[in-house]
Amino acid sequence: MDITLTLNGKKITDQIDPDLTLFDYLRSKNCYSVKCGCETSNCGLCTVFFDETPVLSCSVLAVRANGHKITTLEGLQDEASEFIGFIADQGADQCGFCNPGFVMNTIALLRENPDPTDDEIRQFLAGNLCRCSGYEGQLRGIRTFLDSKKSR
Amino acid sequence: MITFQKYVKAENLEEAYTLNQSKNNKIVGGMLWMRLSTANYNTVIDLSGLGLDKIEENETCFKIGAMVTLRALETNKSLNDYTNNAVSTALKDIIGVQFRNLATVGGTIWGRYGFSDVLTVLLTLDTYVELYKGGTVSLAEFASMKYDRDIITNIIINKKACKCVYDSVRIQRTDFPVLTCAVSRLDGEYRIAVGARPAKARLYGDDEAVLASGITNESAALFAEKLAKQVPTYSNNRGSAAYRSQLVKVLTERNLIKLGGLM
Repeated sequence: MDITLTLNGKKITDQIDPDLTLFDYLRSKNCYSVKCGCETSNCGLCTVFFDETPVLSCSVLAVRANGHKITTLEGLQDEASEFIGFIADQGADQCGFCNPGFVMNTIALLRENPDPTDDEIRQFLAGNLCRCSGYEGQLRGIRTFLDSKKSR
Repeated sequence: MITFQKYVKAENLEEAYTLNQSKNNKIVGGMLWMRLSTANYNTVIDLSGLGLDKIEENETCFKIGAMVTLRALETNKSLNDYTNNAVSTALKDIIGVQFRNLATVGGTIWGRYGFSDVLTVLLTLDTYVELYKGGTVSLAEFASMKYDRDIITNIIINKKACKCVYDSVRIQRTDFPVLTCAVSRLDGEYRIAVGARPAKARLYGDDEAVLASGITNESAALFAEKLAKQVPTYSNNRGSAAYRSQLVKVLTERNLIKLGGLM
């Protein structure tokens, strides 16, 4: 099947199998930030933006991206660089495998709610599983980032 | 994961319905549960081009398209004002935001899943399922119908004087629920739905008029105790039948007390 989509700002046309997932398609386009953790729609590692909405790319058919805008972490480096240093400062990146999905969903959170409470952060990021950090370091990193923004 | 040879984005409901009459074809919603199967289909039918992704509201009802995502339901202010946030409470722990941005209300209701928070909360509202060929049936009736090859087009929630409370028990946030419980009062009528028993949610009423004189701590406890004896529960790796029956009692009593404004 032929699809045309905008990937990280670049319009591309491709021929794909109808049952190809968006995750597999993005990896084939060298978007290696998109990782597969569970492949059961649970872990959040494969989070990408479908238009402006965070979704699990492992659970979306690539053909559904036809005519839409797909953004991976490769396309959001500037926005991500604002706060990933704060995550690293808390030692919250640990093995790093979950980080791209976590960063993508944090960007989605902060776009929707620029000043979230700790509970709102926990709620929004509940679908991003991390087997290293226990989540507290990540929460501290986001909180420190938000506090530093307020004090600027 | 499921495999298939052909993908069709339906241009109208008749095309989708005609294609869906073949057992080798399948309609996909958010495709989150279905993708986990190993089935092989000839054609999957996508309804996402049919404008069924809107929540419409008028003076008498909410009309929710089958392709509306769970996240859209969760964040719809008007629906949540109407239900005292019971809908958003029911949805907020279903996996994560990214999952709920994909899962559709039509797919969830069609599945009539035994773990469904959505089915539980919607049963306590005056909810109807609009089918393309099968007319409009109450959600309680739909939940007990056999699977056929019709298509859900909309979910209709008729507005009444409504107060609703929802709660569930999960071993961990984002996990399947161990038990779900919703309680509502619609135009003075009490409706109690219990799900994740672990079987699809069932709707109960105040048949013995225990709550006829209003909700007090005593009437809530008595009602909950009686209900716990009525609701069939079963065991699985998330909890035993006995534990679930105890949860029926606790959640029903707690929700009734909240509904009555006593907590």
